[in-house]
Amino acid sequence: MHRHLQLTEHGKLKHFLSIEGLSKRLLTEILDTAESFAGISEHQVKKVPLLRGKTIVNLFFENSTRTRTTFELAATRLSADVLNMNIATSATSKGESLLDTIRNLEAMHVDMFVVRHALSGAAHFIAQHTAPHISVINAGDGQHAHPTQAMLDMFTIRQHKKQFAGLKVAIVGDILHSRVARSQILALNTLGVAEVRVIAPKTLLPAHVCSMGVIPLHDMEEGLSDVDVVIMLRLQKERMNSAFLPSESEFFKCYGLTETKLQQAKPDAIVMHPGPINRGVEIASSVADGPQSVILEQVSNGIAVRMAVMTMTLGHHGGAA
Amino acid sequence: MTKILIENGRIIDPANAVDAVGSLCIADGKILQVLTPPADFTPDLTINAKGQIVCPGFIDLSARLREPGHSHKGTIKSETRAALSAGVTSLCLPPDTKPCIDSPAVVEYIKDKAEAADYPRVYSIGALTQRLDGTELSSMFALKQAGCIAVSNAHAPLGNLLILRRAMEYAGTHGLLLMYRANEASLSGKGCAHEGAMASQYGLPGIPVAAESIALAQALELAQLTGCRMHVSQISCKQSVIKIQQAKKYGLNVTADAAIHQLHLSENDVLPFDSHYHVIPPFRSEEDGHYLREGLANGTIDAICSDHQPHDLDAKLGAFPETEPGIASLETLLPLTLELTSLHRIDLHKTLASLTQKPAAILGLQAGALTSGFSADVCIFDPDLPWQVNEQTWHSAGRNTPYWQQSLIGKVTHTIQGGRLLYKFRNR
Repeated sequence: MHRHLQLTEHGKLKHFLSIEGLSKRLLTEILDTAESFAGISEHQVKKVPLLRGKTIVNLFFENSTRTRTTFELAATRLSADVLNMNIATSATSKGESLLDTIRNLEAMHVDMFVVRHALSGAAHFIAQHTAPHISVINAGDGQHAHPTQAMLDMFTIRQHKKQFAGLKVAIVGDILHSRVARSQILALNTLGVAEVRVIAPKTLLPAHVCSMGVIPLHDMEEGLSDVDVVIMLRLQKERMNSAFLPSESEFFKCYGLTETKLQQAKPDAIVMHPGPINRGVEIASSVADGPQSVILEQVSNGIAVRMAVMTMTLGHHGGAA
Repeated sequence: MTKILIENGRIIDPANAVDAVGSLCIADGKILQVLTPPADFTPDLTINAKGQIVCPGFIDLSARLREPGHSHKGTIKSETRAALSAGVTSLCLPPDTKPCIDSPAVVEYIKDKAEAADYPRVYSIGALTQRLDGTELSSMFALKQAGCIAVSNAHAPLGNLLILRRAMEYAGTHGLLLMYRANEASLSGKGCAHEGAMASQYGLPGIPVAAESIALAQALELAQLTGCRMHVSQISCKQSVIKIQQAKKYGLNVTADAAIHQLHLSENDVLPFDSHYHVIPPFRSEEDGHYLREGLANGTIDAICSDHQPHDLDAKLGAFPETEPGIASLETLLPLTLELTSLHRIDLHKTLASLTQKPAAILGLQAGALTSGFSADVCIFDPDLPWQVNEQTWHSAGRNTPYWQQSLIGKVTHTIQGGRLLYKFRNR
């Protein structure tokens, strides 16, 4: 179903909702396309006319400055018109339904929705119910998926490691609530890494984590041993209030990434984080700012990857590419 | 009153251990005679049931009609039509209407509406606590006087175990059956899917099996303590089947049902984010489904109910977790029950008993059997007739079913309630 929903009959990307059901070839195409955009940001004129005349709506039902900004920059650099809708403080809080919001925006002849929503499945729902010419990009839905984040992470990994075969990757922290981790796991496995480990206390792992194609571990030293990539996840403060964890300090003691713990990984291992980071909770400042950290590269890469996804999804129906 | 002769049908009446081709005579609204008609019987209406099965009308232990309070989802009129088309001649209405069934006035209102809809056998289940808020006992004696057949708190949680204990004692005082849906709310939380592989993968808040089995274990202990006659509604998992089996083995007077769709679908059948699969309790694992069917076959699960919950379109339009749970399931009850035999090899007599004789026994109704002198509630169905679930065949106001547009086999052709032919299938 995902496959049909996301792809055109010719197998091109129509929506970008989840990594699930996408082939290695298609994911590689996204990375290659992003590669071609990566240089644009260094040009004097940071713009290409690929999506001139297109209107892209950032539909954010949940607040997010960083993700929205990079989507906005990506769209602007492609010469599209961008409309930012902060629905968290707007229509739906006045009782308008998700579908009514979509219908109203459709009537304004837009071409793409970039959707962030607090509930899993929201982007799928919108893709299913929106007009056929509109593409939907999932910018994070509940605990389900955040596929552009996962792809920018893959882009960053490829930059540093050249290929995915043979890599051992550890994802550390709140896997249970993380849409980023779910998308990363799918992308890493599709691109053919050797091993994906998830390291967390049992309270922060999904009940059936083994069915997700990962090795669950509870010990950081064991989990980081010999890995090529360490991905740290953000720990939400509210986890302390609902009996997931006793305290931030105990979490940091067990699962916070310090220089000492990082020594278990390969000497050339890279450290990643989707941001925003909690210094001293999931990661020590010395590591976040250290030589192995690629956290800020991730942010820049995010723009190129989002430009790639936008042109690919709009490209197939008379778009630009 | 009309005399009806149903001839040439295969009469299956589990309560009287009848399974033979023959005739069924109805007179004065009652079953007159089974298999051979009296010599002097002159019917006003003859139904040729050749190739069809004639059995007692089905008794549904849980069907929401959405009235009073939610008539945009369905009405007593529309949903009792759906019931008749499904061969259901008696049904129990859970108390979570609006206002809820916690006063005789609401019971009277429902009775009047049911009479007006020409479907008198709507049995109200009274609220166990006032406003279903789980803290103060309802006026159970008054509710019983008004006609409530049992009491239940529906899906609403009870404040604590002491309230459940007192409710059991008080319901027992008035000889009322307590229908209990086991759910420990602190464990199910805001969950909307079975805590299994599917929910893990799609990031849907999960409901662990233990949310049901822990609550069930506690309730069974209290039923033992209080001697309350308890019926467990809509169990969904292996652990619940095992617990009920043990309780029965040790002599506890407890019965249980499962919703028909739980006997068929598992988490693996749920199409990603398709809200038509959003149901509470959620679709569990394949193994749980297997145990439920085992439990039905060996008698641990006494009855099959529809757990009919019709919805308006808007209720199912949204991101999966925010949609309303429930399936409009009356009209798929028979074909899915027949599939238990064709697909899972459960004896047809057993499955039909779980729709007729068993629920009648649970409720203490003189129904669910083709016994001479019983009210003539009869269902005639063609077990081999394929039909498609669509606008033409459907009666319920709710179209929220995962079976929409699918072809099913087995269709009710005639439904007789109190000796009156109230439904006849026309192949449109």
